Formats: sequence, C-alpha cells, structure tokens
Amino acid sequence: MENITARRYENGEPKLRRFHQAQWDEPILFELSTPGQRGLLLPAVEDEIRAVAGNVVSTLPKTLQRVTPPMLPEIAQPQVVRHYLRLSQENLGFDFNVDVGQGTCTMKYSPKINDQLAGSKQMAALHPLQPEETTQGILEIYYSFEQILKEISGMDRFSLQPGAGSAAIYAAASIIRAYHAERGEAIQRREIITTIFSHPSDAACAKVAGFDVITLYPDEDGYPDLNALKAAVSERTAALMIANPEDTGIFNPRIVEWVHVVHEAGGLCFYDQANANGILGITRARDAGFDLCHFNLHKTFSTPHGCGGPGAGALGVTDVLAPLLPTPVVARDGERYTLDWNRPRSIGKLRAFYGVAGAVLKAYAWVMSLGAEGLLETSKTAVLNNNYLLKRMREIPGLTAPYANERHRIEQVRYSWEDLCTETGVLSEDIGLRAADFGVHYWTSHHPFVVAEPCTLEPTESFSKMDLDEYAAIMRYVAEEARTDPETIRTAPHNSTVHRTDGAVLDDPSQWAITWRAYLKKRDQVGE
Amino acid sequence: MSASVGDNLMRRVGLIVNPVAGLGGRVGLKGSDGRDIQKKALELGAVPRAVDRTIEALKRLAPIAAQLTLLTYPGDMGELAARRAGFDPTVIGTITTEGTTAEDTCVAARDMVALGVDLLLFAGGDGTACDLYQAIGEDAVVLGIPAGVKVHSAAYAIGPTVAGDLALGYLTGKTTGTREAEVLDVDEQALRRDVVSTRFYGVLRVPDDARRIQGAKAGSVESDASTAAAIARHIVSQMDDDSLYIVGPGTTTRSIFSELGIEKGLLSVDVVYRGELLASDVSEAQLIALLDERAAKIVVTPIGGQGYLFGRGNQQISPDVLRLVGVENVIAIATPGKLNRLIVRPLLVDTGDDEIDRRLAGYIRVVCGPDDARVVRVVSVAGDGADTASKSNSKNGRE
Repeated sequence: MENITARRYENGEPKLRRFHQAQWDEPILFELSTPGQRGLLLPAVEDEIRAVAGNVVSTLPKTLQRVTPPMLPEIAQPQVVRHYLRLSQENLGFDFNVDVGQGTCTMKYSPKINDQLAGSKQMAALHPLQPEETTQGILEIYYSFEQILKEISGMDRFSLQPGAGSAAIYAAASIIRAYHAERGEAIQRREIITTIFSHPSDAACAKVAGFDVITLYPDEDGYPDLNALKAAVSERTAALMIANPEDTGIFNPRIVEWVHVVHEAGGLCFYDQANANGILGITRARDAGFDLCHFNLHKTFSTPHGCGGPGAGALGVTDVLAPLLPTPVVARDGERYTLDWNRPRSIGKLRAFYGVAGAVLKAYAWVMSLGAEGLLETSKTAVLNNNYLLKRMREIPGLTAPYANERHRIEQVRYSWEDLCTETGVLSEDIGLRAADFGVHYWTSHHPFVVAEPCTLEPTESFSKMDLDEYAAIMRYVAEEARTDPETIRTAPHNSTVHRTDGAVLDDPSQWAITWRAYLKKRDQVGE
Repeated sequence: MSASVGDNLMRRVGLIVNPVAGLGGRVGLKGSDGRDIQKKALELGAVPRAVDRTIEALKRLAPIAAQLTLLTYPGDMGELAARRAGFDPTVIGTITTEGTTAEDTCVAARDMVALGVDLLLFAGGDGTACDLYQAIGEDAVVLGIPAGVKVHSAAYAIGPTVAGDLALGYLTGKTTGTREAEVLDVDEQALRRDVVSTRFYGVLRVPDDARRIQGAKAGSVESDASTAAAIARHIVSQMDDDSLYIVGPGTTTRSIFSELGIEKGLLSVDVVYRGELLASDVSEAQLIALLDERAAKIVVTPIGGQGYLFGRGNQQISPDVLRLVGVENVIAIATPGKLNRLIVRPLLVDTGDDEIDRRLAGYIRVVCGPDDARVVRVVSVAGDGADTASKSNSKNGRE
C-alpha cells in the first residue's frame, strides 16, 4: 500500500505549505455603527403587564439609573456575524497552525469534548451563590482534582481559586509575606531571589507583593549559578521563587542544594511550574524540598489559554503553610463536600467566588482521560519532541541554542538568531513575520531580550513528527532566504493578513489606546 | 512599504562615509586607524566595503527619495555611494588630501551641521564615531552604518539595512524620540598586543529604537533612560548625611546628578555631600584629601560593551581610594538592559592592584531599580578573569 504521507515530503523535507490568509479591510465594531440599526427589536410591553409592573426603571435606586444611554454600536445581526467571522479568518490560532513557536506557553491541544463538558447545561446553569447541597458535583470535582495535583507535586494542600498562573504566583508571594509576618520577620525579610530565565511572573508578582527582587544570572555553563545564590542569601531573604526547567529548557541539576541554601538562611522556596510539561510523573516539587508550587491549568493541563478562554492557576503548599491558603477551600465531610470559610490565618480572597470552575472541570477531565501513565507519557513525548526539534534546528546555519551547549533540553529551547542577524541584518522579529507566510505562528521572547535575537520553541506532546519537520523546514527556508533575498523577509508577511506593527509606538502612550472609549478620549485631547 | 514624510516637507540628510573603515578587519589587523595600517591592509588584499554598506543602507530610503535632499562630500566620502544607490546628492566641500583622513570627517560633519540636517548618516567604525563626536557632539541627530572592524559604539545600527530602516522610520516620523549613545573606542595598538583598553569619549544623539541600535539589542518596552532615572531616585533616597558620595563616569551615574539638580560631566568623577556638589572632576589626590577621616561610598556603573567596573575610564578611583573607602562601600548601578547585554561575561576589574582586585572579585549586587537588584559575577582581569576577558572581546569584535 502506498505511504500517502510520503507525498508531502520531497528530498526528506516536508514540502512547504501553500497558504494565503484572508485579508479584510474591516473597521472595528464601533465604526460599523449606524444610528437606529438594531440586532433585536423587542416587542412593546402589553398594557396589562405595564399596569401591574408600573415603571420598572423608577424602582431602581437613583444611583443605578443611567442618565445617558450606553455608547454601544448599533448594528444588525448579519453584520455582527459577518464582522466576527472576518476577524476570525485573520487569526493564526492553535487550531489553525503548528503552534510550536510560542515557547513558554505550552501550546497543546485542548480536546473539544472538554469544552463541550464545560458548556453543558449542568455546568452552564450553575451559580456560585447556590447552596452547597445543590453544587456537590462541582465541589467533588474541585476536591478530586486537588487530590490529583497533590499526588503530582507531593504538596499537602491546593487552592484552585487563582484566575491565572500569575494570580497563583501572586498568592504564593502573599503567603510568603504572611508566613514571615506571623514570625515577626516581615520587615526584615523583604528580598525574594529569582533567576533571569525563570518565569518573569516570579519577579513581577514578588514586586507587586512589595518585595525587593534579586535576580541571578546563569553560571559559565548556562546553569543557574549556585555561587551567586550563596552570595545573595542573607537574613533578609524571604524566599526563592524559581522555575525549573527555566525558559531556556535547561533543568537545574542542583535544585535540591538551592532549596537547602535558602532554607538554611530562613527563607521559603516556591517552585514556579509554568514549565512543568516535561516533568509530570518524573520529578516532584515536594521531593526537591519546596514549600510552595503552582501550575497553570491552561499550560500543563490543556485548558485553553487566555485568548481562547479563561485560564486558571493552582497553588499548592505544605501543611505548615496550608492555613494561609486563600479562602474558601473545598473540604470533605464524610460523603459531603463543603466550602471551608473558617480560616482565620488565610491571606483572604484572590477573586470573587471560587476560581474558574469551567477551566478546573476541563483540566480534571483531561487528567482523568489520561491517568497517571498517560501523564508520564505526555511528558516523555513532549521532551522527545523538543529534543528532536532541537536537533533539526541546530542543523540550520546562523541559529544557536545558547547555554549548556550540546546537552539535551527538557520541554523547550530558547534559540538565538544572533549570527544570522549579524550576517544579514534580518531580525528575529522579521523571521517570525515571514514564518506567518507559511501559516505558522512564531514568537520572539519576553522583553527585554537576554538572549540576543531570540525565539523560543516548545513542541508539546500534541505535535507529530511531520508537524515538527514542517516547522523546522520553514525555519530553514527563511534562514536561507535571509541570505539570498532579505528584502522579502523584511517586508513580510506577504501571504497573511498585513500586520507589521511598529513596536516603537508602544513606548509612547499618546499613540495607542486599548479601548474605544480611551481612543475617543485621546483623540479629543489631541483635537483631531 | 508605503512611506512618506507626511507633511510634504523636504528632509535634509547628511552623509559621510569613511572609506577606509573596516580595511583592517578581514586581514586580521584589528582595526584601520592610521595611514600605515590602511596601506598594510590594502597590501594584504583588503577591499573597502564602507561604500557598499552605505549603498545597502541608502537603498532603504528609496521610498522617500523624492523628498530628500542628500548633502554629502565628494567621491568615496559619500557622493559615490549616493549615486550608486540612485540618489542625486548635493555635493559640498572638497577633499584636498590624497586619501581621506579623520580631519575630513570632522570638517564634513561641521559643514553639514552648519547647513542644517534632520539626520546625519555616517558609515565607519568606532574611530569614525569618535571623530564625529569630537566635531559636533550632540548638535545633530546622527546614525551610524556599521562598516568598521571595531563597532562598540552604540551609535551604530546592527547592520546597514537596519540603519536604512531606522533612518526611514526617523525621517518619516514613525520613530520620534532620540537618545544618547555612548561613544567608545578601543586603543588599536594595545589591542594588537592583546591588551584591551576601552576609552569612553562621550555621547552622540541617535534615533531611539532600541531594537535596531548596536549594543542595545536587548530592546525593552521601558527605555534605558527612564530606568536610569528610577535608579537615580532610589540611590538619592538612600543617601545618608554622614557619607561622601564619589560618583564615577557614565550616563547611568549622571542621572543621579540630574535627580539632585546638579550638572555632571559624563567622563568625570565627582563628589556629592548632603545632596550638594562638593567637588567636580576630581583627581586621585583630591579624592584622597577629601576622604581624610570621612566615611564615603563609591557609586559606579560598568562602562560600555566590556563591562569594566574599575580600571577603565575611572582610574581616579584608584586602589588607594578603594582601600580608604572600603570595597564594601561600592554601590554598582546599571539598567537591566545594559546588564543583559553583558550577560555572556562577568563584570571586570583591573585597578592595577592585585589585592584590591581580589577583594572586588566574586559577586556584587548591582542596583537596577528601586526594588530590583541583580547579583553579577566580577572577575579580576589580572587574575583568573584574563581568559574570560579576552574571550569576551573576540565575541565583541564583530563589525
């Protein structure tokens, strides 16, 4: 029988895909407004109803009554549908493309059945203010998922209240502050140590929580620098907040020693598990001695990311810190599940109600469909995929994988196009825009760049060998093109929606607005 | 790309090419300073490439060619490149000597500033940037097209086409801000003996697009200037009334003086006491006299691409001064962007005194903001750091 997939290869490389994205001159919704147009015409209120109900608006408190109508666009339904479908065609989301180019985000397939579960009548009709006896199902899912996370991490208790990974990290910083405050050391211990290639939320959340942040650079071999840590710890150390593997994909082999050094100085240790996709069933935060850890359910546990649905975070702690977790936590009393509000030492609430229940349900369904063996297989496949892609990428002249040279990485790699850039003047950003012409997404890296002209690739378990070959072939093609026809790259994208923005304007608040209202306000200010 | 200068006004662009820049690189001479070296380079088969690189950059300006008046010098110094790139330049000045010299660059730059230019493009290496700085300082917005062997100066774009794009952005108003770019030069004669000696000359004013300027590749949403101001506010808020503050050269340290409302020279070591300027541009002897029985702190920032904390550009803060103040009273400051650019190598010290160098070596906390510090390794060039230092320099030796 003919191997059909072989047709897509030529000389051992996948043929580059022909791709042309839709391009619409589509105004934004507010600009489509036509006065008087409506999506839905409500029938007039019948006389007998009016007689009984009276003027409903007048029963509202004065402060809740609008004086002027809201500035909503006035548009009929077909125009609205057309508008959003057009915008959807100008996207390059996960379900369209080989989305390995958004490293650190752990782009993996979100099974549609889990979306259907979260959208089911039973879930959608739930209200967080219902009495507990009527919400036993979702409370059981919270409780059961917590038991799973405890097993994965070795921690004693979890909160599923954080609305995002960073919300969990912020909660961790708040717990660290509360722990030292209870011991009378809050003033003294005001420093949090992190590394330059840890998840940037660690430094950001520590700062928001009021700490001074001490950042460490890698040692000469590219590993987190243990001697720098020893130089940084003191009686002022509140905690270490660190990712492992780091955003370079390098695993810190001395992590137990790191934890020991910080504990000896009286600090706590928080394990940022934004990069946990390669270690499920292989290493555990608790076994390395950590006091706290978090997961991003929208990374490791397959729920859609922020742009595709609300994310969610999970924060785990040891028994010592459990009383400080956000309120409430889900408890089991015999066969009944309850919300435990009686937590006097808690740091309080992170957000309204109990977290993003739909995301918790999706993550739970995903884990239950895989089981423990499936989770381990997930990590092994993600690591194998990454190291296969690393090998293919290393074959491309002009690209390097700085630090820990020639060694395997865990689940992602931060590459550098510095050599190609020096040779051709083509920037990493240009390469990403050109890659869009072949229908794939590509991200440089967090600013400010530490690795020069970086890109970060993270091929999770969701991608096949053919997917990875295709992505590597695109990168190889674009790198060659940088030498032979750089102009085509600098003016890219050509086949996708025209979208070359000048990042410099982001430095100037007078040149951007994030809402229609802000735009109108700024426009009025400059008098245009 | 559609581009227009927008308001139908003509833009005047100056162009200066140092035709001998980069001659020494390919033939291993580490630079092209001086007539003998240039001659030797040509004998060794070097090909001038500054003209070609300038053409590459100028081609990026084609979309707005009709709205540009290009002022340049004859022949190799700009006219040739401009014509080959399809421009019809206004040629000013004459070259009287056989082969151009640094003096020609200076005269050309001053002529163009006198005539008034919106942007002055120049092609060359570190020596060219120094000449330009000495000729016009910050009197015009300039931008370097890298063509030299040594390109440490932050006044250069990453590459010629990038320079063209950046110029296009600036002339069409897409990039509006400007910033100071450090001008450094390495002593080539010393470099040929494998000794690195960087000198910090001053600053040129360049269009502010962090992503496209040499030595500023770690583009940040926050500009280095605003971060430096935040560092300065923090340092000033922590100053105590009992100590003298000895502040070293650099743009980051100068921002402390801006915060205090005092003028500070970029290259000098100055002393502050209780928020007032006690002494400016001090020598080692003056420092030692001031330190008599008084507590002090030293505030320094690593300079330029090499990352020297002590021993380059701030020799006034001598081993004896460091001994009197105490190495524990050294406060290092730097913007995160600058430190990130140095990440491949440690900070360096080379005070000329082994004992002091040893005490400074190890790890130092570098203040990067009000609640932000980085722990960075420091090595002594005289000791075990020599290898690292020379390795770093080969990394930095790109053109």
